[in-house]
Amino acid sequence: MKNTAFLLLGIVFGVTLYKAEIISWYRIQEMFRFDAFHMYGVLGSAVATAMLWVTILSHRTRREGVTIARRPFQHGVWIGGLLFGFGWALTGACPGPLWVHIGAGTAVMVVAIASALAGVITYAYLDPRIPH
Amino acid sequence: MNEVPNTPWPWYVAGPIVGSMVPLAVLIGNRRWGLSSSFRHLCAMASPMKPPFLRYDWKRESWSLFFVAGAMIGGFVAAHWIPNAAVPDVSPHTVQAIQALGFDSPRGLVPAEAFSFSQLWTTRGFAMVVIGGFLVGFGTRYANGCTSGHAVTGLAMREWPSLVATLSFFVGGLLMTHVIFAWIF
Repeated sequence: MKNTAFLLLGIVFGVTLYKAEIISWYRIQEMFRFDAFHMYGVLGSAVATAMLWVTILSHRTRREGVTIARRPFQHGVWIGGLLFGFGWALTGACPGPLWVHIGAGTAVMVVAIASALAGVITYAYLDPRIPH
Repeated sequence: MNEVPNTPWPWYVAGPIVGSMVPLAVLIGNRRWGLSSSFRHLCAMASPMKPPFLRYDWKRESWSLFFVAGAMIGGFVAAHWIPNAAVPDVSPHTVQAIQALGFDSPRGLVPAEAFSFSQLWTTRGFAMVVIGGFLVGFGTRYANGCTSGHAVTGLAMREWPSLVATLSFFVGGLLMTHVIFAWIF
């Protein structure tokens, strides 16, 4: 039941990312070249919307003892963040868009996802040996 | 017949929909919304010799896999029944800049001169698809999140590590676009 709800939510997300061209490599280039407001508008209004909802819900979650797990700081946040930023500009896609691309017919993104999985496995082995 | 203009959905429609994923994930299943962990769960599910980082009960996080399955279906549905314009309306300045790097004028969602199987073993295709994908997977695990988990959910929860992460994503993207692209292309 819950999984069906998440599946439906994913469909709405996928349609939106496609229709607003958020999965477009060109839109990501526009963003990194400061040539269009579009992606900044998307991210800014997404954060504002989520923040409004989180504030409204926080009363309810406090009452029910439900919390969203917080994420602590570690140096990986910025080192990994830079590396992900490189990948974001290269592929023109973050993890969500990579999945949407597969559905939308950018078949070669299967290779990008396979590489991303290889990246996760590499990370899993390096995890105990790199600074955090 | 009037042609219906085929423009992308505006940011003020797409942004609020994307932002609503955060509270909806909490309401549906008390989940922290983020998508890069889907890669980790797939690795935890599939890899036979598990390093500790992949030793956990991924089934408890199956929501993530249902969500990305939905995202694929959504991409398919939209591309087949309500497709975008074949030629995207990209800022002339960006078009000029990417043409200077040797890309053709924009067509579709990605430049086919890099994102196709026939280009995979060229320097450009390999860098953008294979190296790029690897860095997305490795970087998001090291940073413990991506654009959704840090830049949307984390910022909405006013978590400062997520602000650091978001700024790093942008610094990385800017460096790649303005400095490294000129070296590798």
